[in-house]
Amino acid sequence: MEKIIEITHLTKHYKDLTAVNDLSLNVYKGDVFGFLGPNGAGKSTTIRMLLTLISPTKGEINIFGKNLNKNRNDILRKVGAIVEKPDFYGYLSAYKNLEILGRISGCDVSKKRIMEILELVGLDKRYKSKVKTFSHGMKQRLGLAQALLHDPELIILDEPTTGLDPQGMKEIRDLINYLSKEKNKTIFLSSHILYEVELVANRMVIINKGATKVEGLVSDLLNAANLKVTFGLTSVTEAKILLGQTQWINKVDSFTETKIVFSINHEEIPLVNKLLVENNIAVNSIVPMRSLEEYFLDITEKSST
Amino acid sequence: MIDLISIELYKIFKKWRTYIGFMAIAVLVPIIQIALLIEGEKYLDFMTRNLQQTFVFVGNLLNGYLIAFIVLGSFWIHIPFLITLVTGDLLAGEATSGTYRMLITRPVSRAKLITAKYIAGLLYSHGLVLWLAIVSLGLGIILFGTGELIVIGNKIIIFAKDDILWRFILAYGYAALSMSVVASLAFLLSSLVENAIGPIVSTMAIIIVFTVLSALNFDFFQSLRPYLFTNYMANWRSFFDDPIDMQEVIKAGLVLLGHSVFFFGLTLFLFRRKDILS
Repeated sequence: MEKIIEITHLTKHYKDLTAVNDLSLNVYKGDVFGFLGPNGAGKSTTIRMLLTLISPTKGEINIFGKNLNKNRNDILRKVGAIVEKPDFYGYLSAYKNLEILGRISGCDVSKKRIMEILELVGLDKRYKSKVKTFSHGMKQRLGLAQALLHDPELIILDEPTTGLDPQGMKEIRDLINYLSKEKNKTIFLSSHILYEVELVANRMVIINKGATKVEGLVSDLLNAANLKVTFGLTSVTEAKILLGQTQWINKVDSFTETKIVFSINHEEIPLVNKLLVENNIAVNSIVPMRSLEEYFLDITEKSST
Repeated sequence: MIDLISIELYKIFKKWRTYIGFMAIAVLVPIIQIALLIEGEKYLDFMTRNLQQTFVFVGNLLNGYLIAFIVLGSFWIHIPFLITLVTGDLLAGEATSGTYRMLITRPVSRAKLITAKYIAGLLYSHGLVLWLAIVSLGLGIILFGTGELIVIGNKIIIFAKDDILWRFILAYGYAALSMSVVASLAFLLSSLVENAIGPIVSTMAIIIVFTVLSALNFDFFQSLRPYLFTNYMANWRSFFDDPIDMQEVIKAGLVLLGHSVFFFGLTLFLFRRKDILS
């Protein structure tokens, strides 16, 4: 598989602080790569190094098989990015901002192309408005527009849903899915929210304190991990007796007066539900919680203390 | 590069602060001209009081040339402030607004971006000097007409009417060179911080301190004078001397040019290595 990003032993020191510590990872063509970690884990520092905003203390970055240091402009021509919150020239319109950034990049800045991109992110009706009148969500979408304007092969998104409402978050997720599946783009998505990464990424790495904690296919990590599923019941006592007669009792984590917590996988949820319902035990609620989420919290919290 | 420069100029002229300098000149110079139109004869009388017993002055001495000469003499210390308002914001303004990130992740080298910004800053600075020339000399000639220019310094020189214009052209050119140093210094300071107030205030502070030091009449400070760039900024007056000490003018011009090149070179050196954290 073609490596799009290859990071080897990347380290960044700021005086006494180590922001990124010997980080190595690979992103392959077509990946939606989740770059996960709590706030201050070193995600933005890594992304800034990927985009030459800051220089590494040690280590090497290759993008599209070329050394970033030596082939900066060739590489950046094929990269679109949002770094943290997107900021623009507030005194200029959305259209003019894109035109300026496009001209600097040396890409097609025809009215047709700019309007096409603005339409893709849902800002075509506000193309004349000055950016200082935009909400955070609109700026975020304009950020995506500038990242996509030159039709890049690799898109780097640093916390693209920060500050967005649920609808805005869904729109960004849909756009990422569209770019990945329909346009075959490689996407490097940084986030501190596991759920967000799970929904769109195929591979991911979790970092904390600048170092890799876990890396792999999202599906592998999810399948390897059982769900903690809480069943809300009207009668836990009857359910206890019933489960005691089956193998499911081995998968019970805990009981309370109204709830039973199982450690089971996705496919097993309807089976347990069926068993309970068929035996006239009313199920009020089923709340799944992935142990991967616990795992994420566990490793990030452990390394923070 | 031309496209980059035009983008930077577009950005400069889309900010209202850019017009403060042009407006200040457009307001202040006519005020001086109107004041001289009303009380100019008294001013001229005061200027030539000691000479009136020896000489008889005839003709239009209160003319556009004299007005432009007075304005240039009064404004060359104030124009730097108007220049730093824009050039001090060129880089720090991008940091403040967070647009550095967008700009520097484009497939253009930092050196090119910085050079384009610098050239745009110089063009703005030179544009301001040109505007001063248009308003003070152009409007002065329209209001007061032309005539001989009387310059009173260590000696009294009266330039013939047809011997003046080229002196002004060179003087404004020299003033533009002086302002390049101011712009370059503000640009350098602008690259070091993330707020435009710092470069604007610091540049002005440096110019004021240097000007005061070079004006102090103590041996120690006099020995410092050759090393203070402000000392060479007033050499536009040399073009209104007879004969012009060209050697001195060229030397002063080269010192100013050297300062501009040094300040810009240092900006380039530092900025290419700078971590963009804003």
